[in-house]
Amino acid sequence: MKVRVASVLFEYTDNRPMVEARGATLAALLEDLDRRHPGLRFRIVDEQDRLRAHMNVFVGGRPTRNLDAKLAPDDEVCILQALSGG
Amino acid sequence: MPTSVKSLLVGTTKGAFILDAGPGRRTWKLRGPFHFGQVVNDVRLDPRDGRTLLASATGGHLGPTVYASLDRGKSWNEAKTPPKFEKGKERPPGKQKDTRGLAVKSCFWLEPGHVDEPGVWYLGTTPAGMFRSADGGRNWKGVAGVNESKVWALWNSNGGNATPGGAIFHSIQVDPRDKRHLYASISVGGTCESVDGGRSWKPLNKGVESDFFPGEPGDWGHDPHCMIIHPANPDQLYQQNHCGSYALDRSKGERWTRIGRNMPKSIGDIGFVMVGHPSDPRTVWVFPMDGTKVWPRTSPDGKPAVYRTRDGGASWQRCDKGLPREHAWHTVKRQCMCADRDPKRTGVYYGTTSGEVWASLDGADSWTRISSGLPHVYSLRFGEFR
Repeated sequence: MKVRVASVLFEYTDNRPMVEARGATLAALLEDLDRRHPGLRFRIVDEQDRLRAHMNVFVGGRPTRNLDAKLAPDDEVCILQALSGG
Repeated sequence: MPTSVKSLLVGTTKGAFILDAGPGRRTWKLRGPFHFGQVVNDVRLDPRDGRTLLASATGGHLGPTVYASLDRGKSWNEAKTPPKFEKGKERPPGKQKDTRGLAVKSCFWLEPGHVDEPGVWYLGTTPAGMFRSADGGRNWKGVAGVNESKVWALWNSNGGNATPGGAIFHSIQVDPRDKRHLYASISVGGTCESVDGGRSWKPLNKGVESDFFPGEPGDWGHDPHCMIIHPANPDQLYQQNHCGSYALDRSKGERWTRIGRNMPKSIGDIGFVMVGHPSDPRTVWVFPMDGTKVWPRTSPDGKPAVYRTRDGGASWQRCDKGLPREHAWHTVKRQCMCADRDPKRTGVYYGTTSGEVWASLDGADSWTRISSGLPHVYSLRFGEFR
């Protein structure tokens, strides 16, 4: 499925805003993303498997912070970030 | 590029920079930014190989990591295993017993290991934690003696996150005579010592005042800002604390002496940095800041000055020739002042919260601004590329 990522993650995706990954759940998708783009998962999820603050995930346009969220093969996943601070 | 280059490594709120010295350190050329847009808390060059350059960074909301460069900063590789606390259940504020269940908030203090352990590095974090790498910063592993210490909660304001920036593990110092003998400091926890390579730690805070607690100071809860093994005498420790400047000769005991009492009363002995001379164990430099009332974290009266002692703190000289005479409302943070290794014309350098870097090539007698317009400086370290 297609995964859209925020610009802050382009360092890990060869500057591509849209990448491919597979997974039946959001957690599995992030694992696959990390295999394809090493280091990417830890920028999205901390060592306690919590989405980092300000890191926002949308599945089919709906926001979720649940890593166990089920994914359909044709879902579009967006991993976006509300940049804030000075 | 010449074979050997003396450089100042600058960490800032917006990335890292390198100032390379020209012949005689008379000119300086700025390179960077590296890791642009990231908060860089520390940049260190490995003195053992003159080649391995590490930077501790936190990228916006992406969490912390460590980068390494082997080509003087031209290219960088992120750690394959960045510092991570052990999995566990995070507890409410005040109930957290150790780092299990927490996430590293920032990679803060980098320290090369002992000369007999090439590739070993140490890292201090917020929340207070310690990590070790045995492969030049590529993979990091938590030091259980710190991260799972039974007294960890006492280093973290009883589990809270009290100081500006949180509880920080910093000032990791390695005894040049013994790779297993380590010192470190924690804000707000105190200074501690390990003789078994970090497996266990004991407090080293006798004689240190703590005016932010009522009653007599205890073993822990102190607020060291910067602590050093003096480069010219591994038994001689100095620290700049929240409550003054101190010295401790470990060959004579465990009680710190407040050498800052000998500073002018109008200046006081509050600040963040403590830097030792490369060959004279009785010479150190500090950069006092306004420690009155609300702690504005500026130079006293907006008039910056370095203070130097050449007699172990018995007397101090104000060193401000060439520095702004007024309206310089900056200060210098804990790893933002350093000295090079020239024993006679010792270079002393500092970076400011207003993005300036100042240099003295005569042991602080006179000063020249060598860079300005940088972001808020978080670290300034000397290194010599070989």
